Amino acid sequence: MNTLFEWLRPWEPSAPVFLACILAAVLYAAGLLRGARPGFWPALSYFAGVALIYLVTQTHYDYYSQYLFSAHRLQHLILHHLGPFLIALAMPTAVLAAGLPAAVRRWPRGPAAPVFTLLRGGYRILQQPFIAGFLFVGLIYFWLTPEIHFDAMLSIDLYWLMNWTMVLDGLLFWWLIFERGDRGVTPRLSPGKRILVLALVMPPQIALGAFITFSDQNLFEIYDVCGRAFPIDPLLDQQIGGLITWIPASMMSVAAAIIVLAFRLEKPDGQKASQ
Amino acid sequence: MAKKPRNRVARIALLGAMLAVLVGCGGRDYQTKGIENLLPPLRFELTAESGEPITEAAFRGAPAVVFFGFTHCPDVCPTAMARIAAAMEAAGASASELRVLFVSVDPGRDDPATLKRYTDFFSDRVTGATADVETLREMTKHYRATFGYGEPNEFGDYSVSHSSAMYLFDATGDARALFSPDDSVAAMAADLRRVASEG
Repeated sequence: MNTLFEWLRPWEPSAPVFLACILAAVLYAAGLLRGARPGFWPALSYFAGVALIYLVTQTHYDYYSQYLFSAHRLQHLILHHLGPFLIALAMPTAVLAAGLPAAVRRWPRGPAAPVFTLLRGGYRILQQPFIAGFLFVGLIYFWLTPEIHFDAMLSIDLYWLMNWTMVLDGLLFWWLIFERGDRGVTPRLSPGKRILVLALVMPPQIALGAFITFSDQNLFEIYDVCGRAFPIDPLLDQQIGGLITWIPASMMSVAAAIIVLAFRLEKPDGQKASQ
Repeated sequence: MAKKPRNRVARIALLGAMLAVLVGCGGRDYQTKGIENLLPPLRFELTAESGEPITEAAFRGAPAVVFFGFTHCPDVCPTAMARIAAAMEAAGASASELRVLFVSVDPGRDDPATLKRYTDFFSDRVTGATADVETLREMTKHYRATFGYGEPNEFGDYSVSHSSAMYLFDATGDARALFSPDDSVAAMAADLRRVASEG
């Protein structure tokens, strides 16, 4: 029987993941201490998003993610959808900026300005709606290509590359969808465009999830090759993983569309979002 | 409209970068699955079927195949052992130095004597070894494999989930290929010959 300590101990400790999660939490907390007032729900949403990403990567849950296809799909649902969704929903830019030391906040206007200009340009390209949607769906397909999935689960370096790309792409996508407040670098889409992007990323996810769920072939041989966390019928494991890829992932688009509409309805006249 | 070419370039560049990461992993021209640079070199500390400690040093100087299984296994393990024995036979003299390490992940039932009876049945080039569960957990984790136990029935029998792959290491201990249950004996023999011929 696993104790709580054993569950909290990382199966595969990763210093970059650990430090990124701690830094994200500390910066936000510092911003709050310096007077930023995002409100209770945004703060809760932000910390919940960071905590979920930490829990599925730096606890014993990661063991199941590596040796059960269904657990892996749940991990990616959190890394690519739910975790970044909650973080972006909180729109934490102002709080995080307040948490940064003043010297760091001046970097974009200092000697490193050309680097930031370049980064902004690259960021704006990635945040073009078509590219953002393509990347969002494309990454799911890419890492679920059986041959690529095999290598990613076999090599610890590729495994972390896969998880990092999922989190970063999730943050990019949901940031574009929930972007609001003071104008920043992120392109501001109209509510209609945001909902259109959300609608367009749904069918490919549904198709992939349904294909995996209804396949009578064992598509992801790596879990047989490396062994599963416990004895379970491979097709049952695959079907559960397919359902997770299919239903909750698509439902996140619906939930996001409702939230985008709610933001639109909350806006006073004269502040309509536009690109 | 003016942004379209830039967008296309960005997409292609991103896909290219991702593919570039994966190119070079695994190695080319294997008839089974190449795993060069994907897994760490051979390393272990176990108890051999003789009852003596055994490490990777015992396998240096010749290619080695490692398999994680258990002697009560009804299908996967005996099939794998029969297939690797046939592949070694088919590989011929060039792979005559090759040896197989059968690591039991069921130390509760597989003591050294049981392991020796089991491996002797397949080939005198197969060596059995095991350890306590914690040590086995560390070793399997090293090779991205795992194992688990089912609930015992009324007779005390229980199922064990384990890796079905065979890992091929070269004479220096570097990981080279992975044999899956779907690989043919001929393909396995070809890769055994290839790795053995490279010294």
